Amino acid sequence: MSADAPNHTPTKKLRIATCSLAGCFGCHMSFLDVDEALADLIEHIEFDRSPFTDIKHVSEGGVDIGLIEGGLCNKENVEVLREFRARCTTLVAVGACAMYGGVPALRNGIPVSELVAEAYLGDDLHNPQIPSDPELPPLLNKVLPLHEVVPIDVTLAGCPPPAAAFRELILAALAERAAVIPRPDRHFD
Amino acid sequence: MTTPEVSSATPPLAKPDTFLLDGRAIPFTPGQTLMQAAQAAGVYIPHLCHHADFDPIGSCKVCSVRIQGRTVASCTMPARAGLVVESETPELHHDRQRLTQMLFVEGNHHCPFCEKSGACHLQAVAYHLDMQDTHFVHTAPHHEVDATHPDVWLDRSRCILCELCVRASREVDGKDVFAIGGRGAHTTLLVNSPSGQLHDSDVAVTDRAVHICPVGALMPKRQGFVIPIGQRPYDAADIAQRPEDS
Ligand code: SF4
Ligand code: SF4
Ligand code: FES
Repeated sequence: MSADAPNHTPTKKLRIATCSLAGCFGCHMSFLDVDEALADLIEHIEFDRSPFTDIKHVSEGGVDIGLIEGGLCNKENVEVLREFRARCTTLVAVGACAMYGGVPALRNGIPVSELVAEAYLGDDLHNPQIPSDPELPPLLNKVLPLHEVVPIDVTLAGCPPPAAAFRELILAALAERAAVIPRPDRHFD
Repeated sequence: MTTPEVSSATPPLAKPDTFLLDGRAIPFTPGQTLMQAAQAAGVYIPHLCHHADFDPIGSCKVCSVRIQGRTVASCTMPARAGLVVESETPELHHDRQRLTQMLFVEGNHHCPFCEKSGACHLQAVAYHLDMQDTHFVHTAPHHEVDATHPDVWLDRSRCILCELCVRASREVDGKDVFAIGGRGAHTTLLVNSPSGQLHDSDVAVTDRAVHICPVGALMPKRQGFVIPIGQRPYDAADIAQRPEDS
C-alpha cells in the first residue's frame, strides 16, 4: 500500500478496541490478513482492549472504533458488548456471527438443557457432569446478533469479512469520511 | 375541390403503446404487466417471486413501483398507455431493502455454509440493494429438514414462499407436489403426500420445481459446493445484469 495511505500526521492516533464474543477468531485472522499494510497503518492506529494486547477493559476515556466479532451466546458476552457500546464512538459488528448470530445460532430452537445434556452427560464420558462453577457465564437461551441488544453503527458482512473491508474501514476513519466497501468485499459468505 | 383518395393496402402502422418508467418510454403489448414490458425492454426491476415463465402471484413485493403516489407490485400491474411509473427512487430503494431484510430475519439464512450462496436470488437482490445488515429481530424459526427423498431435500427455514415450485410442479411437471398452507407467520410450504414428506410424493430430481427455487430451500442432493468461489453466477455480476436467470 502507499497510494491511499494516510499521508497526514494525525495529532492523535486512531484508538481501536476489538474482541471476540461467540466468534471463532476467524474475523480477527481476516483483520490480520491486511498483512504488511498493517505495518503502514500501525503508525496511525493504537490498539486498546483486544486479543492482540493484554488490556482487559476498554479504556474508560473511550476509543474511536470498537470491532466485535461473534454474536452473544452467554451472559458475559452481553456485559462485554455493553462496555464496548458505552466506550466506543463507532461500534462495528464484524462478520456473520455479529451480524445475525452466524453458525452458532444454529442452536437456536433447541432447548439449552438438551444441548448441555448432549455435550456433558453422554454415557461414554468419564465422570459425566454439567459444569456448574459460578465462574462460568450462563448460556443465553438463544444466540443473538449484536443489534438486538445495543445499537450498532457499522456492519461488516462476511464470514469472515475480507481484509480489504477492515482496511477501508480504518482508512476511512483516518480520513474522517464514511467507509465505502465495494460490492465484492461485502459478501455474506 | 376533391381530396385525392389514397388506397391503403396495408393499414397505417399502429404506434406501440408505451408507459413511462423513470422517465423512459417502455413499449408494451396489451396484456403485458409492467414487469414483463420492463424485462422485454431490458430494464431491471428487483423481484423475487416473479419468473418470466409463470403467471405472477405478487407475494414478495420487492418489485414495488410507484404510480401517482400509490405503491403497486409491478409484476401484477397491467401496463397501460401513458402510465407514469417510478422505480429507482430512494424511497422505493429503502422499502425494497426493508422487505429483503424482513425475508432474511423471517428465516435462517446461513449464507456462510448454504450451498446456494453465490447463486441465490435473495442474496443477490440483497447485494443489488446494498443491504448492509438485517436490521430487524431475527425470528430463528425451527423447522425439521426434509431429507427423506433420495435425490431432493427441503429446508423450510430458507423458503421465502415465492410459490415458484408450486407453480412449476403444477404447470410444467404436471404433478402438483407442493402447496402453501397455514396462516400468517405460520405459513409454510406443504408437500402433497400421505406423510407430508418428500419421499412418498411424486417429486423427481429432474422436475422443473426442484431447480426453480430461487433460494436454498428446495435443492437437489449431492450437488452442493461444486462451483468454485469466484465462478458462481453472482460472484462478479450483479443480478440486474443476468436477465437470463429470471
Ligand atoms: S463471522 Fe465467520 S469468521 Fe467471523 S467469527 Fe463468525 S464464524 Fe468466525
Ligand atoms: S421452496 Fe423455494 S421455490 Fe418453493 S416456495 Fe419456497 S422458496 Fe419458493
Ligand atoms: S416479484 Fe412482484 S411481488 Fe414478487
